[in-house]
Amino acid sequence: MTDGSRDRCLRQIALFAIALFVAAATLAAPEAARAPTRVPLPAIEAATGERCVEDTAFMRRNHMELLLHQRDRTVHEGIRTIRHSLANCVTCHAGKKTGRVTGDGGFCASCHSYAGVALDCFECHADKPGAAVAEAKR
Amino acid sequence: MSVHHGRRKFLWEAAALAGVVLAPGITLYDLAQGRAPEAAAPGTVRWGLLVDMNRCATGCDACVTACDKENGLSGGKAVTDAQWIRKIDRRDARGLVRSLPMMCQHCAEPPCVDVCPTGASFKRADGIVLVDKHTCIGCRYCVMACPYGARSFVHEPVTNQKPDVPRGKGCVESCTLCVHRIDRDRIPACVEACATEGHNALLFGDLNDPRSEISQRIAAVTATQVRADLNLDTAVRYQGL
Amino acid sequence: MLSAASLPTARRFWAVFAIAALVVLAGLYAAHVMETRGHIVTGMNNRIVWGLPHVFAIFLIVAASGVLNVASVGSVFRQAAYKPHAPLSGLLCLALLAGGLAVLMLDLGRPERIIVAATHYNFTSVFAWNMFLYSGMAAIVAVYLWALMEPRRAAWSRPAGIAAFAWRIILTSGTGSIFAFLVARQAFGTAVLIPLFLAMSLGWGLAVFLVAQSALYRWNGLTLPVEIRRRMQNLLALFVVAVLFFVLIYHVTNGYFAKQSAFERFILRDGGIYPQLFWWGYVVAGSLVPLFLIWRPTSAAPRVGLAAPWLVIGGAFALLYVFIIGGQAYPQDLFPGFAISSSFADGVVQAYAPSAPEWALGVSGVGIAFLIALVGARVLDFLPDEESAAPQGAD
Repeated sequence: MTDGSRDRCLRQIALFAIALFVAAATLAAPEAARAPTRVPLPAIEAATGERCVEDTAFMRRNHMELLLHQRDRTVHEGIRTIRHSLANCVTCHAGKKTGRVTGDGGFCASCHSYAGVALDCFECHADKPGAAVAEAKR
Repeated sequence: MSVHHGRRKFLWEAAALAGVVLAPGITLYDLAQGRAPEAAAPGTVRWGLLVDMNRCATGCDACVTACDKENGLSGGKAVTDAQWIRKIDRRDARGLVRSLPMMCQHCAEPPCVDVCPTGASFKRADGIVLVDKHTCIGCRYCVMACPYGARSFVHEPVTNQKPDVPRGKGCVESCTLCVHRIDRDRIPACVEACATEGHNALLFGDLNDPRSEISQRIAAVTATQVRADLNLDTAVRYQGL
Repeated sequence: MLSAASLPTARRFWAVFAIAALVVLAGLYAAHVMETRGHIVTGMNNRIVWGLPHVFAIFLIVAASGVLNVASVGSVFRQAAYKPHAPLSGLLCLALLAGGLAVLMLDLGRPERIIVAATHYNFTSVFAWNMFLYSGMAAIVAVYLWALMEPRRAAWSRPAGIAAFAWRIILTSGTGSIFAFLVARQAFGTAVLIPLFLAMSLGWGLAVFLVAQSALYRWNGLTLPVEIRRRMQNLLALFVVAVLFFVLIYHVTNGYFAKQSAFERFILRDGGIYPQLFWWGYVVAGSLVPLFLIWRPTSAAPRVGLAAPWLVIGGAFALLYVFIIGGQAYPQDLFPGFAISSSFADGVVQAYAPSAPEWALGVSGVGIAFLIALVGARVLDFLPDEESAAPQGAD
């Protein structure tokens, strides 16, 4: 195409994109004005047990590191510590009403949904204590 | 407050009891090559199964039901449902039907481990072949590669998993030889169920220990591998094949 | 570049672009449904784990490596008549590769874990090698295209062409070895699959090139001299014969072994859709008819239409369907000499019917390749201009 028609083409595309953006913003504005924080602030429910296996500040910063490395040691080498076992975390931190760490007000889910960090552990891992507590009884 | 106190007290008591029970057990197991859960799986051990087909009953699927229950499988038999163990009815030329359980054979030379691009399919030091579901991308190459059809792909979202057996949509899985039980010095659920049923067709033990019951039986009887021609050195052996 | 800017051409470009974009979007939506609801929405199951999307993806990837052959004939084998067509050949290679890889990655059980696949490698796996082979192919072809299109770097075009040629031989061998290394199924696990895939890449790549070139030339107001088309079609005929040869020796050898003969009877005679697709789709429509069309003696001036390349492409899909899906449908022989049955489809042929999401995903791979080629040819100088479309003097 010639330079002139290419410029026209680009200008049309740019105008279309701007129009689309303005339309989307206009449609979204009322809802944004209504709810200043669409995601509820995390509500940390006190867990069972006296204290966590590590202190709170350490956990806030490093729980991901613990999970990432411990899981390889558990899966590949068979090292199963109670202290750093995900099933053990779930046993204490499961919500009293829901019995889970996911869902509304769940211990893991509430911080993760507020921070916008995807949490896919519980696509595979059990999000409620169950047989783990029964195992402890045996 | 009293509920928390009661629960806390119970957990401490349970832990103390477990410690008291386990302590002598750990010592004894050291002698018998057992291990504490916090220790790594040893490379000196090779876990295996011996299936006695003379005792396996046609029409009985106690091992399958026990596996489903232990691992949180749906128990469904659609071809999209995961089956970690299945009963195969084998008919010979004269029409005689014999039955046997087929599960992951935990090969020493596993084709599934060779083809996995991320190394998610791997063989543990004690010979158990597992899928690391943190690394599995769901490409299903291992399902193509397994000569025994032992692997299943999870086709739907999974809920109500057992805490010891994480499993989810999009990953491949197979019999883990109940690794979560073995690591706590118990035997696989299928072996236990077969014994409870009274058939005693399944025997679990350490293939590397010449004094173990399984090694002694394999030395005494003719125990063969399925598809022995493939030279995969399976840990599951069949007697009466 | 175009010799005349005309509004109808621009309108047609945007119309074609919009249709292709819709096709791609449909496929992306299908992938989204597969990712959120799981593969239960497809026709795949625990016995047939690689379905229709894999048929499309393998076709696109094999054709991608073969379509570069046109450029190789020019740069590596020094056939001057092919040189002006080299840039388009490179563009099509990148386009088809992108389309095929997109389908493969979207069909994964966990497509969000591509970064895991890029950071964890098990080098006994051909798939792990493919991560490097495919990305390396894209890089080498990019360098090759630059050498072809940058006049000051023309001296690099031969070394780059040789490197691209060697790399794609390795890449296609890798694609064939995906199946060649599998001992678990009677359809696979044989070394002849590697030269078979090489021959397939040459044939299908050239067929795709002929079709794409013809369409792009027509839309951009260029004409390809009949002599060039005839030469390329003759080459296509040679490649079709090569593929037929490897398919023949594969089946004859398989049929010779008693333990494989039941599988051969399934694929060639008793398997329902698989023999139909193999004989009518691949052998007759995909090989014999194109050969007849290309080689028939004609009294008048030779007419070289697009029927032959299109039929070859159709035959390719038929062959891949029979190979990949038929190979999985046939039961694994756990106890040779015995008949087995179980709750897990042991001992029985597994039925498979491709579902709508699989069609959408597979076709979107073609759509992605099409879009890249369309936009690329429009924006950059991949098509030769009027003078160089015709050969300079004798070849």
